[in-house]
Amino acid sequence: MQKIGVFVCHCGTNIAATVDVETVAKTLGKEPGVVFTTDYPYMCSQTGQQMIQDKIQELGLTGVVICSCSPRMHEQTFRKACHKAGLNDYMVEIANIREQCSWIHKDKQEATEKAVILGRAAIAKVQLNAPLTAGTSPVTKRALVIGGGIAGIQTALDIAEAGFEVDIVEKQPTIGGKMTQIDKTFPTLDCAACILTPKMVDCAQNEKIHIYAYSEVEQVGGFVGNFHVKIRRKARFVNEDVCTGCGACTEKCPQKKVPNAFNLGLDTRRAIYIPFAQAVPKVATIDPDYCNMLKNGKCGVCAKVCTAGAIDYKQKDTTIEREYGAIVAATGFNPIDLSQFDEFAYSKSPDVVSSLEFERLMNAAGPTGGTLLRPSDGTHPKTIVFVQCVGSRCEDAQKGKSYCSKICCMYTAKHAMLCREKYPDTDVYVFYIDVRTPGKNFDEFYRRAVEEYGVHYIKGMVGKVVPENGKLKVQASDLLDNRQLHIDADMVVLAAAIEPDKSARSVATMLTASMDTNDFFTEAHPKLRPVESPTAGVFLSGTCQGPKDIPETVAQASAAAAKVIGLLCKDSLTCNPCVAEPNELMCNGCSNCEKVCPYGAITYIDKEFRGPNRTTLIRRVAQVNPAVCQGCGACTVACMSGAMDLKGFSNKQIMAEVDAICR
Amino acid sequence: MQGVKEKALELLASGKAQRVLGWKTGEFFYDLTPGVFESAEEVEREFEYGVFAGANLSKYCIAESKKDGVTAVFLKPCDAYSFVQLLKEYKVKREKFYIVGVQCDGMCDMEKIRAAGISGATAVSEDGDTLKISTIYGEETMKKSDALLLKCKTCKSKKLVIFDELLGEQGEDCPESHRFDEVERLERLSPEERFSFWRGELSRCIRCNACRNVCPACTCETCVFDNHNLGTDNKAAASDFEENFFHIIRAFHVTSRCTDCGECSRVCPQHIPLHLLNRKFIKDTNELYGAYQAGADLESRPPLMDFRKDDCEPSVVYERGGAKG
Amino acid sequence: MQVTWKPTIVAFCCNWCSYAGADLSGTNRLQYPANVKIIRIPCSCRLNPMFILRAFQKGADGVILCGCHPGDCHYTTGNYYARRRMTLLFSMLDFLGIEKGRTRVEWVSAAEGAKFAATMNEFVKTITELGENRRLEDLRCKE
Repeated sequence: MQKIGVFVCHCGTNIAATVDVETVAKTLGKEPGVVFTTDYPYMCSQTGQQMIQDKIQELGLTGVVICSCSPRMHEQTFRKACHKAGLNDYMVEIANIREQCSWIHKDKQEATEKAVILGRAAIAKVQLNAPLTAGTSPVTKRALVIGGGIAGIQTALDIAEAGFEVDIVEKQPTIGGKMTQIDKTFPTLDCAACILTPKMVDCAQNEKIHIYAYSEVEQVGGFVGNFHVKIRRKARFVNEDVCTGCGACTEKCPQKKVPNAFNLGLDTRRAIYIPFAQAVPKVATIDPDYCNMLKNGKCGVCAKVCTAGAIDYKQKDTTIEREYGAIVAATGFNPIDLSQFDEFAYSKSPDVVSSLEFERLMNAAGPTGGTLLRPSDGTHPKTIVFVQCVGSRCEDAQKGKSYCSKICCMYTAKHAMLCREKYPDTDVYVFYIDVRTPGKNFDEFYRRAVEEYGVHYIKGMVGKVVPENGKLKVQASDLLDNRQLHIDADMVVLAAAIEPDKSARSVATMLTASMDTNDFFTEAHPKLRPVESPTAGVFLSGTCQGPKDIPETVAQASAAAAKVIGLLCKDSLTCNPCVAEPNELMCNGCSNCEKVCPYGAITYIDKEFRGPNRTTLIRRVAQVNPAVCQGCGACTVACMSGAMDLKGFSNKQIMAEVDAICR
Repeated sequence: MQGVKEKALELLASGKAQRVLGWKTGEFFYDLTPGVFESAEEVEREFEYGVFAGANLSKYCIAESKKDGVTAVFLKPCDAYSFVQLLKEYKVKREKFYIVGVQCDGMCDMEKIRAAGISGATAVSEDGDTLKISTIYGEETMKKSDALLLKCKTCKSKKLVIFDELLGEQGEDCPESHRFDEVERLERLSPEERFSFWRGELSRCIRCNACRNVCPACTCETCVFDNHNLGTDNKAAASDFEENFFHIIRAFHVTSRCTDCGECSRVCPQHIPLHLLNRKFIKDTNELYGAYQAGADLESRPPLMDFRKDDCEPSVVYERGGAKG
Repeated sequence: MQVTWKPTIVAFCCNWCSYAGADLSGTNRLQYPANVKIIRIPCSCRLNPMFILRAFQKGADGVILCGCHPGDCHYTTGNYYARRRMTLLFSMLDFLGIEKGRTRVEWVSAAEGAKFAATMNEFVKTITELGENRRLEDLRCKE
């Protein structure tokens, strides 16, 4: 039996005006286990707290009930006060007789009766309280960033700036991501490479940052502060430490017919390649699908021309293992596959291109050297039609995405504007459902496209594109003028919806981070914790969380870095002591709790138990990682036998409160 | 159904299984109970299979799964669903069993035979759709369909969802089972009528725990009603509500895990139609969250451990049709 | 006894939204009957159906669960699970002939003090009209 002290607060007249505090204190004194009761004008005052502390020490109280304002107000205050007197923080319960009693009732008798009942419930609960101690776990002061696009780069730079080690894992041979393929950026029209490549170089030169390009995360274990990660470094067949990036091999390689992925297949490259001039790390990679030496052992030209001796045809994938305190997902996006949109003749005509392909066709380092030419015959297009919302805001889930891809309105305005600026003799049409321009200087930018650059914006969708005699017959509707349009275009540009990178799902599974139906990572809270995953220690950077433009991506990347730094600054993490705890003897091993845990805090192990007659039996039982559990209690209800219980809000405690209220 | 006993002998002889989980005669000839057989002699002496082999053997697999070697088990379609559900919840190990799927066209209930006015039965055999009953007064016959167990009358599926070997043909789902008819009938009643129906039924409960013991979904190490840490453990029925509490929670705990094998009602000595509680949950889950059959596969997420963001609100219960209360 | 009968109502409130909403209705001095007694739980998904039945068994006349609005759960998914559990439980209680409306779920955010008070007023009214809970009660607990 506990020795419980009950302290009833007047809160000046806030409580005492409607609740007969003296009666409450007296009545509660008759409850089992209560050895002391009193009432006092301001329990939270220095004197009030001192009184509680004195009584704890004088009477050896093992539990304290304070009838006062909401626990949201002063629970911490009273816990700290009791702590100083040597009572465990979690032996304190608050009966909320202000916000939930005196303030909402007028009848003094009713309010007093209710205050007594609320006090009883708190006493009944504290009877069953047990001292809880918050555990701690150490923090490995190193972060992992998965994805080396602008989001990953910015996060890594910010973390490194704060003095922590960061590893970037990038599956492509170079970091830089989608932004490397973009020509100019809206709304300022500065060149993407000019602002991105210095950051890539910064990453390479920062001694706190380690780039694992051409690598993939293979396995993630552990929890916040203590992740163990296996990273697979794919074989480049080139020794990264020796290669100087001179590019001699990429000029001599006889295999010239490899589609150039960097230019989205609009031109070709060699079997040994450096994706682009400013690649980081600037080392060559052999494409095993095309290299004659790797395929049939006949060639070896690159090894002959490499003066550094970096070529290694026998190189194998290697795995490295590292410990991390925090992990940032920055897995990025891709435009959706357009093969489903046959009405736009994307797979029939090379002159129907996606917006990203269009970026390459406009880029000075692109396949056409920056001159806009039709991929089919290399002529200048005179009439260009842009189609927006291709696969965005799409009702057909098989074909496209239900969400707005957010960036297309702005980049289409940019494309249209650049076309008109470079080639004033072209006619540019943009078909749109709505033009969405929320963002600093965004609407001004779009209006410039219309008003200054004379881009024809037409509200309506393109119904069909038919290639005919070297032209693209575009059938469309103009919803404002309510008429059908037929345009003979030379080029059609499709603003493809963007979707999370395919690798995101497997990354999320490894991280036990949750995703929404579109495979975007879910935030811990959509408004208040937008850069954290619900899984502790996992943070979100960039478009893996939802469509974003570059400034938003960078802002989120820095925000994620700030969260990581906040975590890595700590030497150890204090865990929430009110966590779930399974009773192994009763655990069923059914995995129901594991299924509903939003944090991946529950794992199962096979454990040996003593059986009857000196036998042992192996049973599958649940384990809760207290560093990961957040104490929601979803598992306790999924558990049928009641083996899983929540400390601080145990089944028995809540039942006792129910009994006290209903008796 | 021929060949079950022979198959048991064959599996023991070939060494494919170290023991066989099957049926044997209990107190009475119509009382086939689960039995474990380790030798051909035991099989010869005690193994029985016939129209009274209604018992679902899957729950007994939990104990057999802990033994060394392989156990051969005979599973009827409804039993096989239970087995898969147990597999899904890690209560049995697949490699410990050699599963003989036994196709089944329904098992019989002695009480139905008695109810048809046939008394003094000493043996029952089937011949197609006809049941041949030897009695101390001579031979009698009746239609087998009139003698079926309640659970077999509303059989949900004749598909064997798991087996290593099949006796008889693979079957299909039975969408025309009308298994929810009785639930629907009750739903149409007024709350008062439903309340008096259930009070009449549940007040007969003697808390013998037969339903809990036979249920292949009731596999807890310690039942919540035996769990001292919860304050819900109680020994005997002391008032009307104790049974309500027990049966509501029991049905809730097997929700999205109950395969609707019907064993609870079969074994209830007080003839309480407990399966209706389970079926109500199954019907609701199907209607509100999409069709789901527990034990049909290993991968699907049970509806109670799953959600959709656009799930209906609990108030839907009060908005749905049926008589007002 | 009959003349002065007032229903006993247990309100389970999640710590993050609804408990704060209840506090707000106090801060704004929004009245609701004193028969409503609040039990604080971390999340609506902590509510075990056994707690509801226990409350009825011990003499409660109505039980209400308040949690964060779907999509706003502090633990992201808790109220989604709670919603399914409660839907099925309520349906079962209805199936057993318990009066419609004795149990309820309402989503109340931390900003919805007014909604909390209104909900409680409404719920107390409903339960008062339904009368004493006799169908779901352990008779032993009545003096």
